[in-house]
Amino acid sequence: MTPVLEVSNLRVTFGTNIAAVRGVSLTVNRGETHCLVGESGCGKSVTALAIMGLLSRTARHSADIMRFHDHDLTRLSERGMARLRGDRMAMIFQEPMTSLNPAYTIGSQMAEVFERHRRVSRASALDRAAELLQRVGITAPGMRLKQYPHQLSGGLRQRVMISMALMCEPELLIADEPTTALDVTVQAQILRLLQNLQQELGLSLLLITHDLGIVARMADRVSVMYAGDIVESASANALFTAPTHPYTRGLLRCIPVPGLLRRDAPLGSIPGVVPRIASDFIGCAFRDRCTHAMPECARDVSRQRVAADHDYLCRLSPDWTRAEAA
Amino acid sequence: MRQASTVFGALIVFAVLLVAIIAPLVAPHDPFAQDLNQRMVPPEWMDGGSALHPFGTDQLGRDYLSRLMYGARISMMIGIFTVITSGLIGTTLGVLGGYFGGKIDDVVMFIITCRLSIPLILVALTVVALVGSSLSVVILTLGLLLWERFAVVSRTTTMQVRNLDYIAAAQAAGASRRHILLREVLPNILTPLVIVATLEMALAILLEAALSFLGLGVPPPLPSWGLMIAEAKDYMFFSPWVIMIPGIALFVLVLGINLLGDGLRDAFGGERRA
Repeated sequence: MTPVLEVSNLRVTFGTNIAAVRGVSLTVNRGETHCLVGESGCGKSVTALAIMGLLSRTARHSADIMRFHDHDLTRLSERGMARLRGDRMAMIFQEPMTSLNPAYTIGSQMAEVFERHRRVSRASALDRAAELLQRVGITAPGMRLKQYPHQLSGGLRQRVMISMALMCEPELLIADEPTTALDVTVQAQILRLLQNLQQELGLSLLLITHDLGIVARMADRVSVMYAGDIVESASANALFTAPTHPYTRGLLRCIPVPGLLRRDAPLGSIPGVVPRIASDFIGCAFRDRCTHAMPECARDVSRQRVAADHDYLCRLSPDWTRAEAA
Repeated sequence: MRQASTVFGALIVFAVLLVAIIAPLVAPHDPFAQDLNQRMVPPEWMDGGSALHPFGTDQLGRDYLSRLMYGARISMMIGIFTVITSGLIGTTLGVLGGYFGGKIDDVVMFIITCRLSIPLILVALTVVALVGSSLSVVILTLGLLLWERFAVVSRTTTMQVRNLDYIAAAQAAGASRRHILLREVLPNILTPLVIVATLEMALAILLEAALSFLGLGVPPPLPSWGLMIAEAKDYMFFSPWVIMIPGIALFVLVLGINLLGDGLRDAFGGERRA
């Protein structure tokens, strides 16, 4: 398996003392869906923006490795990044209602991306746009191309955003909560669409979400993020069958499973909120909310392995879960 | 009611614009031709008036209607070219400051504050007094002075637009900075700028009239409305119409522009909810 995207020890700080991302490492292989899950404010979106090189000027970031194919993203100039963006790596955002420019028609916005990267005529760019709209399941694409964003529903706009991201057949698609703003039936349609497109095009997908249901459905690999760091990373199968980090286990306990949960039994929950982490923070960020917290959690915690592709960030040994189950 | 006043304003503005454009075709006389035998002829509807001079003649026997029509050209030219000049300056500064923020924004804000601390009329008077008065000097002076509202408005609206998702989406699609400023930001801040433009146009026309009235605007014998008022002030007690006709023209034009601007503001105010 060839990695399309490889990130190691990515750090992002805002201002002088807010560490939004603290050493994230992740790999996305060709044709794979890598899900990044976590609560609001844990640094998922900031990670994605850092990879795309879209952080605001107030943010500072560094990484040991940030590689997209043979391109070293840490050294690439702004111009070089702009050449990659939209062409070989694309991103779709959470809010389809505001992600399209209200001043232009759908067709003009879609064609522009293609014209920019492929230097083709407007007419052939529009043909390509119509073809892609059809592919994402929009009927009468010719009519849609002439419409303005406010004339489309949320689900349609997200389909437009997806087809716009696919205009140049990128190898990597970063989807930042692509279905959060949509209602449940549309959400299912969009997810199915992403799955189909991925299979057809061999797309690598970095899917950011807070919804473990989506993870279970889409992911090949999962990284659980907490307070700017990845606390557990495993194949989707391993993560759901053998979660090892207390945070992951807590999250999974929060999901109601039909048939397993008694009617009046309280649903699991994790007390507290994600803390705001200062740059000089040391130790496990989850320790204030963790039932297994010990004084030693305030010291540096090392990453441990359960299997070759399953690691987690906690002082507890890999087999501690058996003791809990007993 | 609102709509009626907008239409009324638009009608006035377009009527004046039309007269300005076709003045050479419709003016009954040469606006510069003096006829000392026909001085201070009253308008047609007053005693002693004649159909030859519908609005009468001035102290040099020049046809007042023709002068009024050619004066519309000057007012419209002042209004339009001043707004183009100041709009370019102000919007450039405002968009740059609003989009890039930080040090660039500090510099832009400093320039705006400097401009706000300059008394308009005094500087305009000084410049015209030093450089000498001509139509282009007046346009340039006003254009270089009246840009601060464009800058303030475009700066704030750019700051709002900058953080919207479609700017990030355009960046994620590989758009260059130039493209983002000109094609993504600018079209979305145009509406408030058009409204500012109408207000500034009215202001520019009034300022030109004021400068001309003070004798430092458009030089005679050009038929600027302000100049006409200035020349008429010596005769206003015995022939009040010489000062009233250009005064009313000025008032009606500025009123029309303001009504149009208000109407545009109301019409576009709710567009974000579309």
